[in-house]
Amino acid sequence: MGVGIEVRGLNAWYGKNLALKSIDMTVPANHVTAVIGPSGCGKSTFVRCLNRMHETVREARAEGVVKVGEMEVYGPGTDPVQIRRRIGMVFQKPNPFPTMSIYDNVAAGLRLNGFRNRKQMDELVERSLKLSALWDEVKDTLHKKSGASLSGGQQQRLCIARSLAVEPEVLLMDEPASALDPISTSKIEELIFQLKQHYTVVIVTHNMQQAARVAEFTGFFLMGSLIEYDKTEKIFTTPADKRTEDYITGRFG
Amino acid sequence: MTRSRFQQGLDELREKLLRMGGLAEQAIDRAAEAYRTRDAKYCQMVLTGEADINEAEREIDELALDLLAMQQPMAVDLRFIMAVVKINADLERVGDQAVNIAQRVLDLVSEPEVRLPVDIPRMAESVTAMVQRALESFLDGKAEVAEAVLQMDNIVDRMKDEAFVVLVQKMTNEPQATRAALNVLLIARNLERIADHATNIAEDVIFWVRGADVRHGGAHYRS
Repeated sequence: MGVGIEVRGLNAWYGKNLALKSIDMTVPANHVTAVIGPSGCGKSTFVRCLNRMHETVREARAEGVVKVGEMEVYGPGTDPVQIRRRIGMVFQKPNPFPTMSIYDNVAAGLRLNGFRNRKQMDELVERSLKLSALWDEVKDTLHKKSGASLSGGQQQRLCIARSLAVEPEVLLMDEPASALDPISTSKIEELIFQLKQHYTVVIVTHNMQQAARVAEFTGFFLMGSLIEYDKTEKIFTTPADKRTEDYITGRFG
Repeated sequence: MTRSRFQQGLDELREKLLRMGGLAEQAIDRAAEAYRTRDAKYCQMVLTGEADINEAEREIDELALDLLAMQQPMAVDLRFIMAVVKINADLERVGDQAVNIAQRVLDLVSEPEVRLPVDIPRMAESVTAMVQRALESFLDGKAEVAEAVLQMDNIVDRMKDEAFVVLVQKMTNEPQATRAALNVLLIARNLERIADHATNIAEDVIFWVRGADVRHGGAHYRS
């Protein structure tokens, strides 16, 4: 099951440049929450702070409180590797391990975590591929085909399966469909909607229509600040802030 | 490929509209029953029931707005939502007409009964049948059923015209019956308006199913 995320007073820097300004946000468990905003608004930085990916960039740092379930992401002694196991991430460009088979791609995270039981691994790989709606398309070529031999949309679903295999509680998606054609995009969107039964999903997208279609909650970021955060219906029909309205109606950004 | 969230929204919209249709139908039935039995109890039911219809109208509009804003519907889905929004407004007006009838009946029963040569219950039956069939055409997405509703409108128009003639005559010959005759004339007019709303609903169903605009005679397809 997914867990909720509490963010309080989150600041993030790239060197001296303040990229996120005191963000407060409550992401409910087992829902899809979208983060939208123009380029450079801080939306990707925000999700990368949730699993401490932000600090992997040179001179980047973050301060504040991020609680994922009961886990203090920035608490002393919290292991970033452990955090990233519990919070999966899917990126804009599908990045399967090109030489590995489909099976090995999905099993990679499990093996890295010292998982050895073959039968259970088979089960987890199958479950993950089913959850990511790829199983039927690849079940006969699991060991024969490489991850790179799949289409772009299939590769992205493979990456989602790889994230799911280690059984995270939260799934972060940074522009997961922006490199895909409309049909593959539609499949990913449908998948996101299904995945929320088991996970808490946070999706970053510059495609507002996509946020509107898949998310139950939407946050609008602008110049490092969270301008408005509400139910998606509210944001897209009667936003409270003029800047949100101007952005979603295409008046700027 | 399905878009589950969108499909759930469309299903919910359809169900809400059918429920709203049920409320509107019930309002006409009660108004007609009030006239037939001269029982003010039915009038009160229509008057208090109006709030439910208004609330249903608001809910449907809100959901339709959400779907338009969030799901970017196209083609048949877009026509469906457009049709629902318009049918919703028509059903709300049907509810208003039922309220108007109930108010006329309350005035009628406050005076001694006057025999009038107009068969309002029969007219109400025809009108109810039109609304029922219009909703049935929506339920099943059947343009043929909707077309039949359009034909029925002429019959109701004729009934209203006939009522007009005989009631004006009655008022001329028996001025003491004017108040009652006027009330009944207004009821006939209210029923005829309900039939017009049923016609609008049928036209909207045809637009949704076939993409043809059949308002104002003929069938207009986009070139």
